[in-house]
Amino acid sequence: MPILQPIGRTVLRFFEATGRLSLFAFTAITHCVRPPFYPRLIGRQMVEIGFYSLPVVGLTAIFTGMVLALQSYTGFARFSAESAVPNVVVVSITRELGPVLAALMVAGRVGAAMAAEIGTMRVTEQIDALDTLATNPFKYLIAPRLIAGSTMMPLLVLIADVIGVFGGYVVSIYKLGFNPHIYLKNTIDFMEFQDVVSGLVKASVFGFLITLMGCYHGYNSRGGAQGVGAATTNAVVSASILILSFNYLITEMFFAR
Amino acid sequence: MTDSANSTQTAATPALATPKIRIRGLHKSFGDKVVLDGLDLDVGVGESVVVIGGSGTGKSVLLKCILGLLHPEDGSIEIDGEEMVGLNGRERDRVLRKFGMLFQNAALFDSLPVWENVAFGLIEGERKERDEARVIAFEKLAAVGLGSDVGLLSPAELSGGMRKRVGLARAIATEPEVIFFDEPTTGLDPIMGDVINDLIIKCVRELGATALSITHDMASARKIANRIAMLYDGKIIWAGPVAEIDASGSAYVEQFIHGRAEGPIKMQLRAL
Repeated sequence: MPILQPIGRTVLRFFEATGRLSLFAFTAITHCVRPPFYPRLIGRQMVEIGFYSLPVVGLTAIFTGMVLALQSYTGFARFSAESAVPNVVVVSITRELGPVLAALMVAGRVGAAMAAEIGTMRVTEQIDALDTLATNPFKYLIAPRLIAGSTMMPLLVLIADVIGVFGGYVVSIYKLGFNPHIYLKNTIDFMEFQDVVSGLVKASVFGFLITLMGCYHGYNSRGGAQGVGAATTNAVVSASILILSFNYLITEMFFAR
Repeated sequence: MTDSANSTQTAATPALATPKIRIRGLHKSFGDKVVLDGLDLDVGVGESVVVIGGSGTGKSVLLKCILGLLHPEDGSIEIDGEEMVGLNGRERDRVLRKFGMLFQNAALFDSLPVWENVAFGLIEGERKERDEARVIAFEKLAAVGLGSDVGLLSPAELSGGMRKRVGLARAIATEPEVIFFDEPTTGLDPIMGDVINDLIIKCVRELGATALSITHDMASARKIANRIAMLYDGKIIWAGPVAEIDASGSAYVEQFIHGRAEGPIKMQLRAL
């Protein structure tokens, strides 16, 4: 049946890609926990992922918090529930918007850069050179990035949470006329430990996925500049899709009754 | 393959008592395309062998198979009598420490300054202290004619000839037993090409290393080789001392060394 052939081919290709990615992830994880370790490289990646992503994540968080306060206020005003604004802002930011938007921004900034850097190393034989110098590329290139991504994203999201809530506070106090003490009291009273923890767990998983996709597509890039360009695009797209999918799975894990 | 080609192969691969590198029946394919088809080659201790052949004949694939960067489907690669095919992990790293490699485009690490590129194998492979490795790196840079100021530059700031020299310094930094040269003069002007050839001869001689080079630059091959082997159709079709290449008796070798379009080697050209 000619119509079944392309479907079958696509399904087989999907499973092949999933298998390759799983094998790559497994190999990378085993190198994360086995010596030798490269603390200098891990530190450099932590600065690259954590420190240099702060401005873009901070800006995203503050505007998200501000818009959220404004939208919640105008929406809730229809049924006289304006007082719920601080509660909605803090829950939305810590549970969902903080981790997801920060991760999407980091995927665009860090995931793309990683895929481009490792992809260029692949096509210019730098990865082969590493190998011939008896240095495992997984240990030297991939493991430090995965460790840095998984540990720095929770810190970034924690900062994004604070900035996002602050954005909502600013709009609520100075534009919508909320009482600052009552706003802060409602925010703190309503926020639960689990809200923050779930967001940080998400952040760690997202950090792993972003760096994994950047490394995977860069490491397997072929065909010169065009291949590196395709790797960069694929890294961002696949990381974004995985972030949104895993966001649902982790939410289900924490909050489904 | 013609009879004449096969007969020259038998005569051209002399049995060496204890070859440093011994390759037998090496097969490597990419999909339907057979690149290496039962290749045999011996490289003796301290010998400098150059493998010549046209573009796309599998010269780089041969080097990558020896280094374990590509996995052959069949055949044997022995280094000092130890089988390389199928080696993994620490065992492979141990054998790799015997090797140095000069890549075609030098393959310097962009993220590291020049001296760290040269010292990389010492720091990561041999676990030397950074200060000690730095001293050795500057010595090796001096050995290839580069001043200490170059050591502090980034690879992006170097010219093509300087990159090759740095690549050579990195290849010899760990004083390997075997050095591979992948197209060492490609992309260089003739004078710089000759400078690199002289440096290769000097470094290999000083280290007493075994050298295996691949190139299609005949001037370079004649200069750096003790023995030349020609790769065609996935096999070594002729091998012998440099002095004998002009009287090889092989139509394939004749055509290649004189760079003639007419002859038994047919280039795969696609009609536009």
